[in-house]
Amino acid sequence: MELQITWFVLWAVLWAVYFMLDGFVLGTGMLSGLMSRNETDKRVLLQTVGPVWNGNEVWLITAGGATFAAFPTTYALMFSYLYTALLLLLFALIIRGVSFEFRGIVDDPRWRSVSDKAIIVSTFLPALLFGVAFGNIFQGLPMDKGGYHGTFLSLLNPYGLVTGVLFVLLFAVHGALYAAVKTVGILSDRANRMAGRLWPALLAVAVVFLICSKFATLLYDNYIRWPVLALIPLIAVAALIAIRYFMAKGAMLKAFAASCVTVLFVTFTGVAGLFPSLIPSSIDPVYSLTIYNSSSSQYTLAIMTAVALVFVPVVIAYKIWVYRVFRARVEEKDVLAHGESY
Amino acid sequence: MDVLTLSRWQFAITCMFHFIFVPLTLGLSILTAYFETRWVMTKDDTWLRMTKFWGKLFLINFALGVVTGITMEFQFGMNWAEYSRYVGDIFGAPLAIEATVAFFLESVFIGVWVFGWDKVSRKMHAAAIWLVAIATNLSALWILLANGWMQRPVGYRLVADATGQVRAEMIDFMALLLNPYGLIKFFHTVTSGYVVAAFFVMAISAWHLLKKNELTFFKRSFRTAAIFGLAGSLLVLITGDFHAVEIAKVQPAKFAAMESVWETQCGVPMSMVLLPDESGECNHIAWFDIPKLVSVLAFHGFEAEIKGLKAFPKELRPPVAPTFLSFRLMVGLGMFMLLVSLAGVYLSGKKDFEGRTFFLKVALWSLPLPYIAGQLGWVVAELGRQPWIVYGVLKTSDAVSKSIGTAQVVASLLGFTILYGGLAVVDVYLLARFSRKGPV
Repeated sequence: MELQITWFVLWAVLWAVYFMLDGFVLGTGMLSGLMSRNETDKRVLLQTVGPVWNGNEVWLITAGGATFAAFPTTYALMFSYLYTALLLLLFALIIRGVSFEFRGIVDDPRWRSVSDKAIIVSTFLPALLFGVAFGNIFQGLPMDKGGYHGTFLSLLNPYGLVTGVLFVLLFAVHGALYAAVKTVGILSDRANRMAGRLWPALLAVAVVFLICSKFATLLYDNYIRWPVLALIPLIAVAALIAIRYFMAKGAMLKAFAASCVTVLFVTFTGVAGLFPSLIPSSIDPVYSLTIYNSSSSQYTLAIMTAVALVFVPVVIAYKIWVYRVFRARVEEKDVLAHGESY
Repeated sequence: MDVLTLSRWQFAITCMFHFIFVPLTLGLSILTAYFETRWVMTKDDTWLRMTKFWGKLFLINFALGVVTGITMEFQFGMNWAEYSRYVGDIFGAPLAIEATVAFFLESVFIGVWVFGWDKVSRKMHAAAIWLVAIATNLSALWILLANGWMQRPVGYRLVADATGQVRAEMIDFMALLLNPYGLIKFFHTVTSGYVVAAFFVMAISAWHLLKKNELTFFKRSFRTAAIFGLAGSLLVLITGDFHAVEIAKVQPAKFAAMESVWETQCGVPMSMVLLPDESGECNHIAWFDIPKLVSVLAFHGFEAEIKGLKAFPKELRPPVAPTFLSFRLMVGLGMFMLLVSLAGVYLSGKKDFEGRTFFLKVALWSLPLPYIAGQLGWVVAELGRQPWIVYGVLKTSDAVSKSIGTAQVVASLLGFTILYGGLAVVDVYLLARFSRKGPV
């Protein structure tokens, strides 16, 4: 049974890394209107995510693919039960991709203004939808042997919405901090102030989320059973507070690092509470999709483990190299001098 | 319409739309990498300008390929949950491996290529686009191994899972990896992508040559593409032959539909003009026979026996007319493209190439042909496999999600049609705009 646990951990890591990496892209995108004062600002902001957004999105594809390969029944039911939500997510991701890639290549104010609006909507919506979807997974979906008894609207319940707002604010702060460390001058200061203004709201919603989780979900049961797990939410909360601490000291890079840790451990907090379920049933735990009743065979899990052990480190290695290549802050001259820029 | 029919339409539309962009990516990534390599080696500025001009068109196409690809992964679960549950143990693996091994590579290094012109060395920059080219082709390998398994399921057994439902479980990963059907399909598909890219470059070059723009630039582009296209066309033909043999061996009903053979017989001739009659279970018209050709194509033997469609119960036959017509047209187009690229290689070596206006117009108007041929190939592959989603194992009608309703799928199909319609307009507008503008 150990391989199921390995893949549960990997599943959590894939989602967490995806949220950490795409979170700042979504955050920078949804705040791009508020953080910029002119065309150059917008281009600089897009340029900060330009070289990396596509590679970051692949963590989602991999998380999806890993769910398919390791927990096919969960993949099948999760995607068909959440049909409409995933469709909206898909449309948003498609629009996000094309508006990022095509905004800059046509020098026409109307084209760019449409693209700007598309970017804001298509980065805000995935953040909200991921939050709503995970909020509903945390509290369980109404499913039994007859299938799924919810609708798209029933996903928009109070706890789902609280989690949705939590994700939006989490990614917004994360994106603002990313923009602050990747730009210079007034733009960087503005992003910095944006993060500062959003942080109290994030803290407030995080507190509401932690309280609501006690009543709406069974997430805390695991923390009572295995108290050592409580380290995970403690790290999440400590990192969230560390963001503010480092910002106050003007150590923006450390603040951004703290926000990376926050995103990772917020995800771990939720997923660790689910164990051994991937999607609990809110009707009766008998119908929950767990790592045992929805997993692939030991043989397939073993193959996939070997693939992950060999290739994920390679991926991480060249991704680190790429982040190093593009480690410099983006300045005005970078976007004005190059035809290839956004 | 019911959820099954709507879901089939949705899958067909989104898949075929995605496959507008995929083949060009497969081929143009290689051509762009080749141009840049020549520039690094020779320092000749024309190669650099070629890299940038064709690279720009490559990127527009690439972006659309990426965004429409996410749909594919989501749809298996969204609309085909029973399929995903049934075969996920074996089908999920190649998809997950594709993301890990290939998709990361291409998406990370495309960023390096686009934004790294003055951040990495010239050699590293050229290496980045080679990595993109290798990764996109590697990506195709895993996807086509997955599709190959749907066509010819290997290395699995049917067992009851933890909840008591039957599903297919992998017992031999190497069988999946070395499935001849998947490997042949891979070579056939990627080489057809090279032909798409070749005809794309040839058509745009022809347009500029007809206008006498940038003669050196576009003659060189045309010639490189024509050679690439000729090699591609030949390989498509050779792999196509292997593919037909494999189909005749493992999917006899599909093969019979492709050639519209109704009666089981030996030494089957091929009629040049043929019209199938599905309700009458015969061919309306069968003119100009070439003796024994179908037998030769199927089994490389003059007297080989071909199983006719009547040997299969009606409900296990694919729709004959569309499978047959798609196959015929695809083969015809393939032959024509071989001739065009052959003529292209010959004529582009001539000094007065830009004056060969008739041929340049042929090259220009041939642009849609490889795209059409590729789409028809998928019609043969997927429609010809019906009623099965996994040949002989699972029927398409048993694979659809149980929990989705007609209204949901109508809405999503409508959404896809509108969104993809918009993307098509943007794609054509941008490609036309930057093609016309010419190199800078």
